[in-house]
Amino acid sequence: MERAVHDRGAWPTDTPIDRSEHELADWELLTDALVGVLGREGLMNVDELRRGIESMPPDDYEQASYYERWLFAAETILVEKGVLEPGELDSRLA
Amino acid sequence: MTFELGDRVRVADRAHEGHHRTPGYVKGKSGRVERVFGSFTNPETRAYGGDGLPEQVLYQVCFDQEELWPSTRRHARDATCVDIFEHWLEAE
Repeated sequence: MERAVHDRGAWPTDTPIDRSEHELADWELLTDALVGVLGREGLMNVDELRRGIESMPPDDYEQASYYERWLFAAETILVEKGVLEPGELDSRLA
Repeated sequence: MTFELGDRVRVADRAHEGHHRTPGYVKGKSGRVERVFGSFTNPETRAYGGDGLPEQVLYQVCFDQEELWPSTRRHARDATCVDIFEHWLEAE
């Protein structure tokens, strides 16, 4: 059966698991806080967050870090709900 | 509640396009009910803005290593336990 990119339990691999810890960057802490607020305000629940992550193109998913996936999902879900306009974040950051 | 502690169950081996919490490596596999957690809203509809009702019973299902990884070196008494909603389980 075809499995989606996130459904990777038991995938065979010869690559060792990276067990190294790293200090979280400020943007990662802020992303965690943002997603917490979105949940408490009823704008995005954890299942929507996961669905947003799972909707990433497989190559993007592979390359993204943990919190980059959260950001992708938050933008996806908030655009879907009309809270953000499509492209709004990019234009504000330009 | 359909299943009780110790019941043998098999995980449905079906494709599911949308969000779901049943990992591919247990689909079609046989295990036993180890815990009954109670009823929870369904993430498969909550992921799309739904209310997740009706609630589904969530179980902890444990699988023998032999069932999941027949060709891998393993400890015979170890088990892999996964939380699975009732609508993914079939009686054995």
